Amino acid sequence: MLTTQFEIMLLASLTAVTCALPGVFLILRRVALMSDAISHAILLGIVLAFFITKNLSSPLLIVGATLVGILTVSLTELIIRTHKLKKDAAIGLVFPLLFSIGVVLINKYTGDVHIDADCVLFGELAFAPFNRLYINDIDLGPQGIWVISAALMLNITFIFFFYKELKLSTFDAGLAAALGFFPGLIHYALMTLVSITAVSAFESVGSILVVALMIAPPAGAYLLTNRLSHMIFISAGIGIISAIGGYGMAYAFNANIAGSMATISGVIFILILFFAPERGILANMVVRKWHKWDFAASTLTVHLLQAEIEDADYTEHIVSHMIRHMKWTPEYTSEVIAQCIQEEFIEKHGSKLVLTPYGREKANLSLVKN
Amino acid sequence: MIEFIITLFSDHTLRIVALGAITIGITAGSLGAFAVLRQQSLLGDAIAHATLPGVCLAFLITQSKSSLILLIGAALAGWIGTLFLMLITRNTRIKKDAALGIILSVFFGFGLVLLTIVQKLPTATKAGLNKFLFGNAATLLQEDLTIIATLSAVVLMTLLLLWKEVKVCVFDEGFAKSIGIKITFVDILLTTLIVIAIVIGLQTVGVVLMSAMLVAPAAAARQWTDNLSVMVLLSAAFGALSGLSGAITSSLVSNLPTGPTIVIFLSTLVVISLCFAPRRGIMWDIIRYNKSRKQIQTTTMLKNLLLFSEINTNDPFHPHDIAALDAIGRGAIDQTMQELKNKGWAQQFKDKRWALTPVGLKEARSLTEEYEKGLITEN
Repeated sequence: MLTTQFEIMLLASLTAVTCALPGVFLILRRVALMSDAISHAILLGIVLAFFITKNLSSPLLIVGATLVGILTVSLTELIIRTHKLKKDAAIGLVFPLLFSIGVVLINKYTGDVHIDADCVLFGELAFAPFNRLYINDIDLGPQGIWVISAALMLNITFIFFFYKELKLSTFDAGLAAALGFFPGLIHYALMTLVSITAVSAFESVGSILVVALMIAPPAGAYLLTNRLSHMIFISAGIGIISAIGGYGMAYAFNANIAGSMATISGVIFILILFFAPERGILANMVVRKWHKWDFAASTLTVHLLQAEIEDADYTEHIVSHMIRHMKWTPEYTSEVIAQCIQEEFIEKHGSKLVLTPYGREKANLSLVKN
Repeated sequence: MIEFIITLFSDHTLRIVALGAITIGITAGSLGAFAVLRQQSLLGDAIAHATLPGVCLAFLITQSKSSLILLIGAALAGWIGTLFLMLITRNTRIKKDAALGIILSVFFGFGLVLLTIVQKLPTATKAGLNKFLFGNAATLLQEDLTIIATLSAVVLMTLLLLWKEVKVCVFDEGFAKSIGIKITFVDILLTTLIVIAIVIGLQTVGVVLMSAMLVAPAAAARQWTDNLSVMVLLSAAFGALSGLSGAITSSLVSNLPTGPTIVIFLSTLVVISLCFAPRRGIMWDIIRYNKSRKQIQTTTMLKNLLLFSEINTNDPFHPHDIAALDAIGRGAIDQTMQELKNKGWAQQFKDKRWALTPVGLKEARSLTEEYEKGLITEN
């Protein structure tokens, strides 16, 4: 039993990492939804290849699915190039059609075989360990692990050898083209990888959850780092945590494993979304608040500096002045003054507000800056 | 055929299915026009997938299979999905496509978890919620039809009442802002209407393919017109037509899920529109292209005939070898010469030699003059 559980977790983790690798580039190239389109459309390829081979574990299924994945990308780009429709509409038209044809074919012609649209959509990781690979009667473990490992090796090899090309064409397609790197070719190579990854993963996690594993971990990683290499490793890490956490959740609730993995990856993304050190929503709020306070302090010190130069009595009316001219509320004004006193920008001399040397420096600095 | 129509309206189930599908097609088609024009075609996909956990949670909480309760759950989940979408795109550097992908897949994944939990409950029969995946028009009841019709009426009335505001916002946000229209309000309103349009179609078309009900009719309608009102009406008509055909076909043929069938009908309409719509269709592009290419070929040849004559001889009607003409022409030499001959601008001599006719000479002179005048004004 322990080995079965271990095998499921291993398969889930491998799948998550395999999906996260091309996902990083999908996010950065702003074509994340091609993963959605491809992972739906490959159903048609699987069905057509199945009609030819009559065998669900034939490698031809992977070939067929990959070809249909590339067909999806080409059809979408063909429609975009006619300038009759925008990119989003083109994507939204092509994959539902290919997917629909696949579903209809399954429902009409494969009634008695174990392939249905549900299993393509959801996958069933729990059954993966029972589908084992035997060579000369030697048990080599679940077949799914071998398939996904091959896809993983392919992804790693491609990214390793074409790292420079991928990086350049992702961040500056124009420069890549000028230097002779064929960004179009890289694009199609990446889309081929996405297709192969999607078809290798679909049996375990289902097509829609392939999308979750391709997009959510890299999107989270994107909020944590600015370096491509770091982003790749963080995405893989988040993928593994989602896989193992998802298995735990599925075990606890007796629910679908792939769905649980997607849920955990979503939860991790939400945590990052709020708490990421520099780009999270909370960090943004803190920064915004600090800017607001800094601006208020600058305004106050500059006004005091002006008063020093023109007329010393002016400082006595500074509070009413700020209220009248800057539309500050009395409460906000006293809050800013208190804060400025605490930060030692100003001092209170009786009813008078006086700039400290430090405060004068700040006022001058903000005048220079603007 | 007539017999079929009579059956259609006398058979209770078929009548409900037909009316339901038409209503859904009209509502989704009308709103889809705005989604496509605002380049939000994939928003519908994300919302539709995001509704699944709502359906399951509504069932888990109320233990009721009433369509209204499930649809309310779906709408709430779809709404929360769009809120998350705005939260992500407005506060971080993550782009819309990635945000849509996250909402779509994570919500759907969570829905799937809930669905498996629901299916293991003793109170649930499996067929109950599964129809929300691919849709099953045959499960529509009189009660469902009432809900669908009421919600559609509300959606379409709202659209009609705020037509002017919505129209301005779709085409020129800046101008809309300047005349005091609250863009955020229109944005939220349109999104809400889209959520409702998606939700009413879930039972018939399913969450996976509901987005196509929005995008496809609008994409097809866009090809036929440049006028918003016409586009919305056409889109609604396409939606109704495909909805009807798909729902009826899937009800009559066994083992045919409704959603995919409707999508195939819709896609056929899109392909026809893309290829043959007047003026915008690809076929007209090809015709226009060939026509202008032919024109360039003949006028170039005409000018070349004159040029050759002026360089080599003083006789403008001197015949030239076709091989020489071909060498500096723009291709398709035989058709080009035939065209010139038909127009009476060139005549053929023996040994495949060609020369200008007097009419052709006059035409060539005026063309050359026009060309030189163009050069002068350009400089």
